[in-house]
Amino acid sequence: MNLASGLYQDCASRIHRLPAGLKVLALVVLGTAVFLIPNWQILLGILAAVIALYGVARFSPQILWAQIRPLVWLLVVFFAVQLWLNDWQAGLVVVTRLAIVVLFAALVTLTTRVSVMLAALERAMQPLRFVGINPEKVGLAFSLVLRFIPVIATIFHDVREAQKARGLDRNMLALSVPLIIRTLKMADDVADAIEARSYDPVGRK
Amino acid sequence: MKTKDIVYIALFAALMAVLGLFPPFALPLTGVPITAQSLAPMLAGAILGARRGALSVVLFLVLVALGLPLLAGGRGGFGVFLGPTGGFMIGWAVSAFVIGYLIEKFWDRLNAVNTAAIIAFGGIVVLYGLGNAWVAVAVDISYWKATVGSAPFLVGDALKVFVATGAALAVRRAYPLVSPA
Repeated sequence: MNLASGLYQDCASRIHRLPAGLKVLALVVLGTAVFLIPNWQILLGILAAVIALYGVARFSPQILWAQIRPLVWLLVVFFAVQLWLNDWQAGLVVVTRLAIVVLFAALVTLTTRVSVMLAALERAMQPLRFVGINPEKVGLAFSLVLRFIPVIATIFHDVREAQKARGLDRNMLALSVPLIIRTLKMADDVADAIEARSYDPVGRK
Repeated sequence: MKTKDIVYIALFAALMAVLGLFPPFALPLTGVPITAQSLAPMLAGAILGARRGALSVVLFLVLVALGLPLLAGGRGGFGVFLGPTGGFMIGWAVSAFVIGYLIEKFWDRLNAVNTAAIIAFGGIVVLYGLGNAWVAVAVDISYWKATVGSAPFLVGDALKVFVATGAALAVRRAYPLVSPA
């Protein structure tokens, strides 16, 4: 797993170059629209359009399949339930709806870098300043998480090794308590370090 | 909100991601997968309290939505929120808040029994209440059918309530962070 790049797939297409905010907005609109359309012919048309967009983004069919594969069994079950309760048209509506939103959302994720998405989010949060949310603080929190996932993963590894020596590596409690306490201890040090470098928690505006 | 609060929130969000890294194990007999990740909202609420606990879960979820593969099994992106299990993820944040709120309320009188009850209420009753409603709407089945469908997962979550209770009480003794309401 590569954390820095996330799920992003670099293909340099027209869709990759669209602004992140626009793609997210399109996702919101589409996600709302498909739940208002009860007609399976129209939904199948939209699904075909979304699949065509994968072509525009120059993704191979394998990438398309990888997005929908984890859901296939669930979709089969949902279709069967609808077939049993209602009829096949209802089943098709439910399954197509889910396939559309999941595929389109995956497309947005695959074509937008995490850093670009973060920047768009910080910009979008500027108006929240007036309701008492400080975008810089949120930005700090984001960077801290990304920095500390590998650190905490290392701590977890250490704790598991130590408990293995005691024969406790299958005991969730023996694993989680030391992990949490070490994490909280580290949090104190990190907070001190941030303040020692003159980070102003109140914000300068 | 002090710098230390931001750091607690961020580190618990990172902890939640790490708990998703180690592989899920399947329950005997039913084969339902259990991941340690859904332990994190219970821990966040019970250890950090309502506000910080809920915010740390929200922070984690936003990072997932932005496209980081942090969910158990390496999933991420907007799609997971719009899929049938999206309600459970929104429910994580709510359940962390409810657990945190009740823990703060009963902070001076916490024992194994009421802590377990609080975590079970927030982590099972509230979480499944929301999650099942989402499944019912997304898949167009009745609320009751959604509830029956999610029943196999209860075994794993009951197990997590015990682990979270033990961990919350141990951390409360060793490293109390909640200021009683």
